[in-house]
Amino acid sequence: MKLLWFHLMPYTELPDDFRDKHPSVWVDIHSSLFDPKRAHLMYNDFMDELEFAAECGFDGVCVNEHHSNGYGLMPSPNLIASALSRRTTDTAICVMGNSLALYNPPTRVAEEFAMIDCISGGRLIAGFPVGTPMDTCFAYGQNPSMLRERYYEAHDLVMRAWTERDTFAFNGRFNQQRYVNIWPRPIQDPHPPIWIPGGGSVETWQWCAAKDYVYSYLSYFGYKAGRATMDGFWKEMARLGKDRNPYRAGFLQFVGVAENRAEAMKLYAEAAEYFYGRCLHVSAKFAQPPGYISEATQRAGIESQVARAAGAAPPRYQDKFQMLGREMEDIVERGYVIIGSPDEVAEQLREVAVNLNVGHLMLLLQFGNMSKDLTRYNTQLFAERVLPQMKDLFSEWDDRWWPQPMPAAARASLSAFHPHATAAE
Amino acid sequence: MSEPQTETVEVNGFPCRVWRKGSGPKLGFLAGLGGLPRWTPFLDRLAERRSVIVPSLPGYPGALGHSVLDNHLDWLLAVRQLLAAAGLDGTDLAGSSVGAAFAAEMAAIWPGSVRRLALIAPFGLFDEKDPPTDPWAQRNDAVAALMCADAANWDALKEPPPGTNSPDWAIEQTRASEAAARAFWPLGNTRLEKRLPFITAPTLLIWGDADQIMPQSYAARFASAMKTKPKLTVIPGAGHLAELDKPNEVAATIVEWMN
Repeated sequence: MKLLWFHLMPYTELPDDFRDKHPSVWVDIHSSLFDPKRAHLMYNDFMDELEFAAECGFDGVCVNEHHSNGYGLMPSPNLIASALSRRTTDTAICVMGNSLALYNPPTRVAEEFAMIDCISGGRLIAGFPVGTPMDTCFAYGQNPSMLRERYYEAHDLVMRAWTERDTFAFNGRFNQQRYVNIWPRPIQDPHPPIWIPGGGSVETWQWCAAKDYVYSYLSYFGYKAGRATMDGFWKEMARLGKDRNPYRAGFLQFVGVAENRAEAMKLYAEAAEYFYGRCLHVSAKFAQPPGYISEATQRAGIESQVARAAGAAPPRYQDKFQMLGREMEDIVERGYVIIGSPDEVAEQLREVAVNLNVGHLMLLLQFGNMSKDLTRYNTQLFAERVLPQMKDLFSEWDDRWWPQPMPAAARASLSAFHPHATAAE
Repeated sequence: MSEPQTETVEVNGFPCRVWRKGSGPKLGFLAGLGGLPRWTPFLDRLAERRSVIVPSLPGYPGALGHSVLDNHLDWLLAVRQLLAAAGLDGTDLAGSSVGAAFAAEMAAIWPGSVRRLALIAPFGLFDEKDPPTDPWAQRNDAVAALMCADAANWDALKEPPPGTNSPDWAIEQTRASEAAARAFWPLGNTRLEKRLPFITAPTLLIWGDADQIMPQSYAARFASAMKTKPKLTVIPGAGHLAELDKPNEVAATIVEWMN
């Protein structure tokens, strides 16, 4: 199986009284809480951590896009991915992803992803999220009633930009461009693998099946809450006649490893409580711009209220941020964060991977205000003692959704200049 | 309160409900945020004096078709088709909130299509120094008190009929909210001020003095942009959807203006 190291890049110095004094971590979080000089250090720490994860042998490193968000400092994940492309060698660069409807023209995504694919020698995974209501409708002012249609059209434009050999005119409903002809073009042929981060909507599952894309369920609420969604996904794949290749799916999980469970509880409590207490303090008023959720999904949601009450259905999107465990005991009990000794974590994660049938596990080993030292410890311990216990899983399946880079020997070597090394000689 | 006659007209191939009740000269009404999931006392008051005609905007309760309207021109042409199909051409026209913004557009762009005009707290303008409340960034439990001075009036409009047990009612209410958002997202600003100078119909502005959505100061912004100066009537004790809070007073004010 594939294990990817995911960074959200949370601002790590939200005040202790954040929940009481501030209405939301997202959309209208106050600028007085942001210190650019502290962010300078945070960004550099975060990028060190991603590079360290790549060195430790994770299969991929993941970044994602958020706007006006105190727990996600990457309005442009492409900037980070570009830097990572220069400082890593064989690791997949997973941009999870670019919210297509926010780019005007969306051709920009085709161009920037092609740049990253070229710089990295063909290591890009291209993620195409619709984007959350907070990012798209509120922070970026997109019309919720047209967001999905714009998203699908932007997808079509990007795919044509990557695959058509001649300059073409794009005559879309929302985008018109007389001359589409991107330079550069992606190394991967016909294009980088496409992963779709999604919630639990049936339409998204069907679309992933039709297009043969990876469906990634990026929930912050762990494997227990994720089970119903992934069961629904696989049931729909079966109905559509698709195989159970676990690499059709991705899943996000928070993990904290230590020598034993008691130590892990102690080490990771502060960071977990910071994340679930402060980072997910999102005002409910931003949860449901009208039209963001399709009528079919609304209908399914209303009809499954009984199932939800019985705990068998995932929370509705608008409830997601309102029903949280915020104390460490509860966070662990609910499965938001998996903790324990390396063997315990490996055992749990194998169970998660098998039960949810997920071939791409995206791991949050830095979360909340976790320090750089603790992040390194968590990452290294995982890489050395958990990862080897996971790698054999799903070896009978072919991962058709993994990057196909240029041969290593044909790729540029890491860091052509070593100015510091030269100075030291 | 008796029920109106219901008919269906087509706009862009989608059905739109049209209610009719009463006799006398025709008076059209375009509903505001939330639409009209049920007949209301305000419409009954109008129907006592006029032949009131109430077409549902695309996507509003009783109507579909908002999903094919991608820009403001699409919306304006759809509303124009809807009014014409409902027999509202050259007649008096009233509107509330987002419906009032469309009524003003009709009077500006097709001056012959509206005889006299009444606008209740219209959308269409945006001044960043005095912004309207964002009606779409709200918790569910905060909406009623923003729409009406007495939240119970909004709740009475939106309460499912007794015995409703399908999701359709709830979906229809969300669709109404989506339709308004589709036309007015994100600021409610359609640059209506560019067209207001073209209105020649005598115009009445009505504002609830307890409007929590659209500040009453916008009455002056409308007046300054219009060449044919409007009259302003403020309704005490009424919120944004003044016709729900004070049906008798708002209906009487409109009927008097139209006569």
